[in-house]
Amino acid sequence: MKFGALAGVMAAVVVVTACGQTPNNTGNKQAPPPTANLKPLDKVGAGEGQLNLIAWEGYVDDSWKKAFENTTGCKVHAQYAGSSDEMFSLMHGGGGGGGGQWDMVSSSGDADLRLIYAGDVRPMNEKLIPDWTNFQTYFKNPPYNTISGIHYGISLQWGPNVLLYNTDKFKIAPTSWSAVYDASNTGLVTAYDYPITIADAALYLSKSQPSLGIKDPYELTKKQFDATVALLTQQRKLIKKYWPSASIEIDMFQHGDAFIGAAWPYQTIQLKLAGAHVADTIPSEGATGWGDTWMLATKAPHPNCAYLWTQYVSTPKIQAEQALFFGETPVNTLACAQMEALQAGSCAQYHANAPGTYFDTIKFWKTPIATCADGSQNCIPYDQWVSAWTAIKG
Amino acid sequence: MLDVVRRPRRKGGGAVPFSALFWRLPGLRSLLLLTPPLAWFVVIYFASLVLLLITAFWTIDPFTAQIIQVWNTDNFARIIQEPAYRDIIGRTLLLAALVTLTDALLAFPFAYYMARIASRRMQTFLFAAVLLPLWASYLARVYAWILILNHSGVLNWSLQSIGLPPANIGYTNVAMWVVFSYIWLPFMIVPAYAALERVPESLLEAAGDLGARRWRAVRDVVLPLALPGVVAGSIFTFSLTLGDYITPVLVGGAGSTFIGNVVFNNIGIANNIPFAAALSMVPVAIMAVYLVVAYRLGAFEAM
Repeated sequence: MKFGALAGVMAAVVVVTACGQTPNNTGNKQAPPPTANLKPLDKVGAGEGQLNLIAWEGYVDDSWKKAFENTTGCKVHAQYAGSSDEMFSLMHGGGGGGGGQWDMVSSSGDADLRLIYAGDVRPMNEKLIPDWTNFQTYFKNPPYNTISGIHYGISLQWGPNVLLYNTDKFKIAPTSWSAVYDASNTGLVTAYDYPITIADAALYLSKSQPSLGIKDPYELTKKQFDATVALLTQQRKLIKKYWPSASIEIDMFQHGDAFIGAAWPYQTIQLKLAGAHVADTIPSEGATGWGDTWMLATKAPHPNCAYLWTQYVSTPKIQAEQALFFGETPVNTLACAQMEALQAGSCAQYHANAPGTYFDTIKFWKTPIATCADGSQNCIPYDQWVSAWTAIKG
Repeated sequence: MLDVVRRPRRKGGGAVPFSALFWRLPGLRSLLLLTPPLAWFVVIYFASLVLLLITAFWTIDPFTAQIIQVWNTDNFARIIQEPAYRDIIGRTLLLAALVTLTDALLAFPFAYYMARIASRRMQTFLFAAVLLPLWASYLARVYAWILILNHSGVLNWSLQSIGLPPANIGYTNVAMWVVFSYIWLPFMIVPAYAALERVPESLLEAAGDLGARRWRAVRDVVLPLALPGVVAGSIFTFSLTLGDYITPVLVGGAGSTFIGNVVFNNIGIANNIPFAAALSMVPVAIMAVYLVVAYRLGAFEAM
């Protein structure tokens, strides 16, 4: 299989399931996670010789696993999971906390909070990860894995959802997401076939219709949610096809079946490599994005090997290798130079050198829950997003 | 138990050979033969259906996605009340019916030629030609259709090169209809062929002797006798289309969602297995009705 195709599938798998869930903000009265008081390790001891991981397919690739096994003596057994839900049930099964079998899970934002509040993962000591200080500031304490200053995992990789467009059709770069809702673009538009796409529309409405009062695109009241769904229902007429995987969106842009729509940087890169006339941008309203985290199981039988692994995958070299393997962006700022060495220009392409302000424009995915930021129960939970999405795309 | 044949015990009372045991207890043989397949059927096949039915009457906790085992009919009420699900069920049914009709119209003359006109050698060749695609991956064949139907695909290219406007049916329900009809065609041809082959030549000769022209004989003799075969084939084409969810994802456009896609999304994305179970009872119910009708039409004897 060609590398690109594989990476495409991987990226699809990763992002399909990578919606996040925030912790409750200050106003929330939710009880602290059950494992909040478990003390993390003070120092990393000798490896236990084994490490059992639940991971996205390819996140434990032989090309970097072997070197880790040789230096640490920790034999890695990886179980690849196909979805966040599968990860959650593997971790939550067998009595919870990884069932005494699993050590770590490479969880995406949408599963993080579920795992944390179910008590399946435990706090980690970020001081034991030397590269943590080199992380982009946002990913040191992202709201999807850090609650009240306690880290329930160490950030790994992330990616934004950009606006991809055909440069022949759109000679002037679009500066607003309004392009994908504009009736003059009927038949040219595509969108990601996943309920979390509703957040993209909510993000746009938060700027174009301030009267709705949308502050967080994942925390929508009934009125805000209905307005967003109405916008998307209207948008359906413009859409030829919602893209279910990265490779299909690439096909559509290559063959003239789509000219503008939300995408991951991966698609842009692959299309440019194939010689297609495309470019991507983060419009003035900002964009949504996703982030993955290595989390430690509450009953992890090999915690030392788990820390050794986390140290290892946080190093600039492995961060860069994994980023280029999947088309995602490392959280370690030092990985930039390594990426350049592996593939010139890739650091800027993937926004790995982005300044801190860049992250203010990205609203990272989190699964919507009924509890709003103000602690009220007026927000529309995720299961209603799923059924609304079914109704929108028909 | 069963029909034990009482006989005087053998002198010495030694071990009875198995073969003798089977002879003495004829029921034992059937029991031993039937137990493994029956156990398989009941445990693997039937039990999962029953579990599906039971789960359909539960709901989930939206935050933890754990199943709450409280009996209710909320899932079914949702399916009936929300217009989106009615549309999806209607679309799935309509397309399954269209595909079945298309395949029947395509398969009948083809199977007729294969069974009654083609030479032995031609017959073998056609059989191989019909069955060969089934050996290739389903996905590869659907992807091939994407390459044919998309905007710069083979279809539009061919149309333009002979001066016609592009068809632009890529990523629409029309594309789904074409692809489904192609993919399930062998499942219609084979039973239709089997039924046509069984029509005795003598009946056609008798019809001829009684003054029926060829078309009349086909209409009044061959068609009624072959109908059960076509209905048997329609069970395959109809149920396979009804349950599919990959073709809608790959070649469908906006507004091409099938029942299977909603089931898939509820399991894979929302982890709402009870709702997925409730929705998957819809095709089960539809197929139950369909099978009763097919049985009445004699399709089961043709299989």
